[in-house]
Amino acid sequence: MDKEERKLFEKLEGKGVSRRDFMRYCTFLTATMGLSAAYVPKVAEVFAAPKQRPPVIWLHFAECTGCSEAVLRSQYPYIDDLVLEVLSLEYHETIMAAAGQQAEEQLHAAMKKYQGKYICVVEGAVATKFDGGYGKIAGKTFLEIAKEVCGKAAAVICIGTCASFGGVQAAKPNPGGYKGIGDALGIKPVNIPGCPPNPVNFVGTVVNFLLLGKLPALDNLGRPLFAYGKTIHDQCPRRSHFENEEFVTEFGSEEAAMGYCLYKMGCRGPETYNNCPIAKFNNGTSFPIEAGHPCIGCSQPDFWDKMTPFYQEM
Amino acid sequence: MRAVEDAVGVQIPDNARIIRNLLHGAQFQHDHLVHFYHLHALDWVDVVSALKADPKKTAALADNVSNANVGGAAYFKSVQQRLQTFVDSGQLGPFANAYWGHPAYKLPPEANLMAAAHYVEALRIQARAARLHAIFGAKNPHLQSLVVGGVTCVADLTPDRIAEFLYLWKETQSFIENVYIPDLVAVASFYKDWGGIGGTTNFLAWGDFPETAKEPESLYMPRGVIKKRDLAKVAMAKQEGVTEHVKHSWYKDGSPKHPYKGETKPLQENPSYKPDKGKYSWFKSPRYENDACEVGPLARVLVAYARGHATLKPLVDQTLKKLGVPVTALFSTLGRTAARGLETVAIGKAMEGWLMQLVENVKNGNTKTYQSWDWPSGEAMGVGLNDVPRGSLGHWVRIENKKIKNYQYVVPSTWNLCPRCGNNKMGPVEEALIGTPVADPKKPLEVLRTVHSFDPCIACGVHVIDPDSNQVYKVKAL
Repeated sequence: MDKEERKLFEKLEGKGVSRRDFMRYCTFLTATMGLSAAYVPKVAEVFAAPKQRPPVIWLHFAECTGCSEAVLRSQYPYIDDLVLEVLSLEYHETIMAAAGQQAEEQLHAAMKKYQGKYICVVEGAVATKFDGGYGKIAGKTFLEIAKEVCGKAAAVICIGTCASFGGVQAAKPNPGGYKGIGDALGIKPVNIPGCPPNPVNFVGTVVNFLLLGKLPALDNLGRPLFAYGKTIHDQCPRRSHFENEEFVTEFGSEEAAMGYCLYKMGCRGPETYNNCPIAKFNNGTSFPIEAGHPCIGCSQPDFWDKMTPFYQEM
Repeated sequence: MRAVEDAVGVQIPDNARIIRNLLHGAQFQHDHLVHFYHLHALDWVDVVSALKADPKKTAALADNVSNANVGGAAYFKSVQQRLQTFVDSGQLGPFANAYWGHPAYKLPPEANLMAAAHYVEALRIQARAARLHAIFGAKNPHLQSLVVGGVTCVADLTPDRIAEFLYLWKETQSFIENVYIPDLVAVASFYKDWGGIGGTTNFLAWGDFPETAKEPESLYMPRGVIKKRDLAKVAMAKQEGVTEHVKHSWYKDGSPKHPYKGETKPLQENPSYKPDKGKYSWFKSPRYENDACEVGPLARVLVAYARGHATLKPLVDQTLKKLGVPVTALFSTLGRTAARGLETVAIGKAMEGWLMQLVENVKNGNTKTYQSWDWPSGEAMGVGLNDVPRGSLGHWVRIENKKIKNYQYVVPSTWNLCPRCGNNKMGPVEEALIGTPVADPKKPLEVLRTVHSFDPCIACGVHVIDPDSNQVYKVKAL
């Protein structure tokens, strides 16, 4: 173990995180990212407090802040490590201490200081109708802000279905002409959809960028393949019940108590690409199907229009 | 969901009601903790000043005021060192360009260090507390086990899931009682003048947490309305009393309407901001019997206090006594922030009893979590009244041939942050801000305190006018 490494583990132990726990997390993250085991020590290095933390500018548009909340629930690494020691969160309206004019100044100072070097994370959709008039911050439209800030970033990561594909704002009749960032700006960002997405998929994408200096391999919708490469159905622990035609037909029933397949309750698992059954939410506690609720397809484009009515068989 | 259940006339089973109460209670524990430490504390706590603190004195202060299970000079020294390393890196991240050193910050360096340490502890506790939702609700945020007729998590009614819930509940409640509340009282003792700033006049609470099938009689947080701060006259709140105005909102003009008849017709244009005349907000203006009402922790606690709530009344009285302030100090920014903490304690305490009821039911073989229901023929109407962490939330639905004909909801931040109504009467936040002392109009920290005390759910626009120079400063409260 070299000196730097020893320092890292001493620091972790000081915070009550054992070396074993930490390596287990790094292994989990490395596996989630689809990298080989040889990368585990390198992933650990990413969390070893680099000299200069990579700057992140996080924009909020038309959204509910649920995606930020999801990232706040990240447990390995905890959010304080992520924000205080791995990344430099230069601008994030919900958690930054500065407000108003001082917040605006901070945004512009960070864009100038780190031009071409910062990661821009976008949460929420942007309005495009009426000159983008349905969404503004400090007198500027979301569209203007997105163009300016995304244009000078090293990479753009859309967190959540709204930034990725428009989300609920873009559902019919979509009075404000809301769109996801890729569509609105004509760029190809990394999309981490979900309502909310699993924070491990966001962290995995960022670590991939820090580790390999590039973004992970993406599917044709801009989603990292490591997380969105397979359908929920193909990874579902209830799959054998599907094959055996053992279905739930009423919530709360004996079949529901036995964990039968939710296909007939309208589960969208067969059409939805995500790693929910493997990664699970809140430190592996559960995911919708485990809680007896059908998948609603929240990481697919236009799911409000295309996956509804939710409780009807496909 | 409650609105649709009302419309289709389904009574959910006991277990579903209990599980919903548990999930909702966990939401209060989590939300209020995050609000206090991460969305509001830095309005009162100067993190930079914490660097000047003496860790030994900080440890003595912490031992004196709180029962935190972390502490001691070595602990506070390591927290201070971590902050120092962070500051020395030159990358201040979320702490950059804030109002540090502002004259309105009153805490000594040691109290600032204690609070900064607990800010970080709370970040970790909240991540774990969120798992309470995941156990019976699949994930947090956006839990996904609630359906019309009950809950879907029947397979999770197992001893290990219930034990997991109990363990996490204990850890969270212990932090609330031993760290959050002592910190709240310690910080408040330096800001007693804020017991006279930022108050409003009328208060509305739909109430929540039904303890039997009877509503509103069995609500643990009671329903009620208080007008003109008169705690002796708390009245039952009725959904029929609600109307929404659009005179100053970016919607097509119309008369004030009850939500069952409500319309949402956004203007088909790039809306312009004209606060003096015309329309200036996406919010409608909800009114209860023509009055603007504050909703949220303070409204709930006042209604509970006025009704002589068995847990909250003594909690409020003890806290007022500890701080040496009169009951009237509740009508303020400080009162609002304190009410949030106190209701967290009360709701958290009640959760244990609810969980034990669930255990009893399961023990006796009752695992019914869902009641099937049928669509009514023709038209149906329903209302669902809740009280969520930020305040009173109502949903109104009209259904025709299994489809939504009209759907309106009136959410907490709409009540609190609404523009003026058709009669040009102010909304609660506007009223609360009048008379706020502002030491430096370019750094209106004091304004943020009051706005943040409402836990607004939007990035909102606030204007500060200096009456001497008549200069208008635009301020974004984030």
